[in-house]
Amino acid sequence: MDRYRNNAFAVEALVRDTEVHRDVYVDPEIFELEMEHLFPNSWIYIGHASQLSKPGDFITANIGRQPVLASRHTDGAIHVFYNRCPHKGVKIASEPCGNTGKFFRCPYHAWSFKTDGSLLAIPLRKGYEGTGFGDAQANEGLSKIRNVVVYRDFIFAQLNDNGVSFADYFGESLSTIDNMVDRSPEGKLAVVAAPIRYMHTCNWKMLVENQTDTCHPMVAHESSAGTAVKVWKREQGASTETPMAVQLYGPFMSPYEFYEQSGIRIWPNGHGHTGVANSIHSNYSDIEGYLGQMVAAYGETRAHEILGDVRHNTVYFPNIMVKGAVAILRNFIPIAVDKTLVESWVYRLVGAPDKLYERALMYNRFINAPTSIVGHDDLEMYERAQEGLKSNGNQWVNLQRLYEAGEQADVTAVINGTSERQMRNQFHAWAKFMTIDMDSHVEAAE
Amino acid sequence: MITEKTITDFIYREADLLDTMQWQAWLDLFHPEGRYWMPLEWQQQDPVLQPSLMYEDLLLLKVRVERLAGERTFSQKPKSRCHHLLQAPQIVACDPEAGLFKARTSYIYTETRGDLLERFSGWASHDLVQIGDGLKIKLKRVDLVNFDAPFGNIQLFM
Ligand code: FES
Ligand SMILES: [Fe+2]
Repeated sequence: MDRYRNNAFAVEALVRDTEVHRDVYVDPEIFELEMEHLFPNSWIYIGHASQLSKPGDFITANIGRQPVLASRHTDGAIHVFYNRCPHKGVKIASEPCGNTGKFFRCPYHAWSFKTDGSLLAIPLRKGYEGTGFGDAQANEGLSKIRNVVVYRDFIFAQLNDNGVSFADYFGESLSTIDNMVDRSPEGKLAVVAAPIRYMHTCNWKMLVENQTDTCHPMVAHESSAGTAVKVWKREQGASTETPMAVQLYGPFMSPYEFYEQSGIRIWPNGHGHTGVANSIHSNYSDIEGYLGQMVAAYGETRAHEILGDVRHNTVYFPNIMVKGAVAILRNFIPIAVDKTLVESWVYRLVGAPDKLYERALMYNRFINAPTSIVGHDDLEMYERAQEGLKSNGNQWVNLQRLYEAGEQADVTAVINGTSERQMRNQFHAWAKFMTIDMDSHVEAAE
Repeated sequence: MITEKTITDFIYREADLLDTMQWQAWLDLFHPEGRYWMPLEWQQQDPVLQPSLMYEDLLLLKVRVERLAGERTFSQKPKSRCHHLLQAPQIVACDPEAGLFKARTSYIYTETRGDLLERFSGWASHDLVQIGDGLKIKLKRVDLVNFDAPFGNIQLFM
């Protein structure tokens, strides 16, 4: 049933100007090809350098479905490897993070590797003498991923060697990461706790699309945010101060006009963000002492510039979303065509008041936890879509809102905030990075 | 006079109110300053500056309960149901003089919705205070044995 394998034209035909075919969400072969092409061709978030503060520190992650391992070497360099022993494939590290000391030791036959991946020792080494082992790939140690970039402590890797460079791939979209890091008076973020993990029985792209779907909050979240606003109005009594919790829930109920004017910015290669002019994060209470710290660190003008750029959700194609204003990153990790693990990380702004971290943690458990009522609203919609798309009645998903004839792809633009153009932008990038290294394309180009 | 039996009965009654979906009566068990906490770390100490699954005051619990009945609460169509299987609570403190009443209860919790059934295991810790003749919940802490695993929706209360 290879309908799509090595058939770039069939894959591209799934993405039209204003709609996409349901196979992108439900077809297992398409999911296999995403793992083989899309993820290896893209730059994927691995983790944060603060998780690797000392030599010997390591973290594990996945690129698509492939397990990888990042380590801090004795010279301070960060390396990323395929997380498998060159001997018989055993995973070298199985915990999310830890410190391995001076070397990694495979638990099966005790081959050991320096933290730069090179082979250190094999027990009973003489058994390999005269066998030509020197030429074996195993002799090179842990297979290294060559394309690794640490941008302001965010570690990204790209598996395929002939892909788009980091700078070309992300371009100006890095401004959201910049803004998030700049929000620390010391220009530094730190991971100090594990993420909230939430399993979704839906295709990973439904989650990514939802990040810039501004026409759903006032509808799908009426049950959670709407109820929070209603209960607060009833219970507030004489209280004049809106509790932090209500400040976080309330803006989800903003009307269409709010999202329209707040705008969406799109960038090439499928990146984009909501909340250009302002966002649902704009009206949180000031936190005592924070502005003073920022002004002291950056000066009046620059501090206000940083804090005035209150973006909503930034999608870094293919599968992370960054919320600079609350220092949250969500990683949408594909498990199967209808299964996605969401890991939501909160960063501490180094040097900033505890209250900011408290608020970010609260936001994360309100919105991104398996116990989040906002999360329940969203997951219900994804699950229903995953089911509904099995219907043959209409095989296309419509992404037409505010489409303009002749719309350009791979451009930077600021548009009406209720547009579905960022979703179209993502699917344009999807078709590109799915097919860029498919044989049929490579042959056609030759 | 609050005895160990008062505490145990209180905990059984609480589970029964949840299992029979008497949400308002369940909320009435909480002290006005009461909290419901689901930590996200082993033996977690801090609910505010460490991540949790839930750390909610009465206002937020009311929002949850009211949402469950909402006309447009689509994740409750069909409705969830739950079942608590409790081990006999261990009394950690029963000191009427000091107003200290604490118990820890091992449980298996089941939540179902439609054809799906999920099962969780853990410990519930109750911090109770005496109000009038009875007890109220100051803190209900729910530690899952696998707090670090990724779950699907948990919509009711453990
Ligand atoms: S599999 Fe790793 S040493 Fe044998
Ligand atoms: Fe949502």
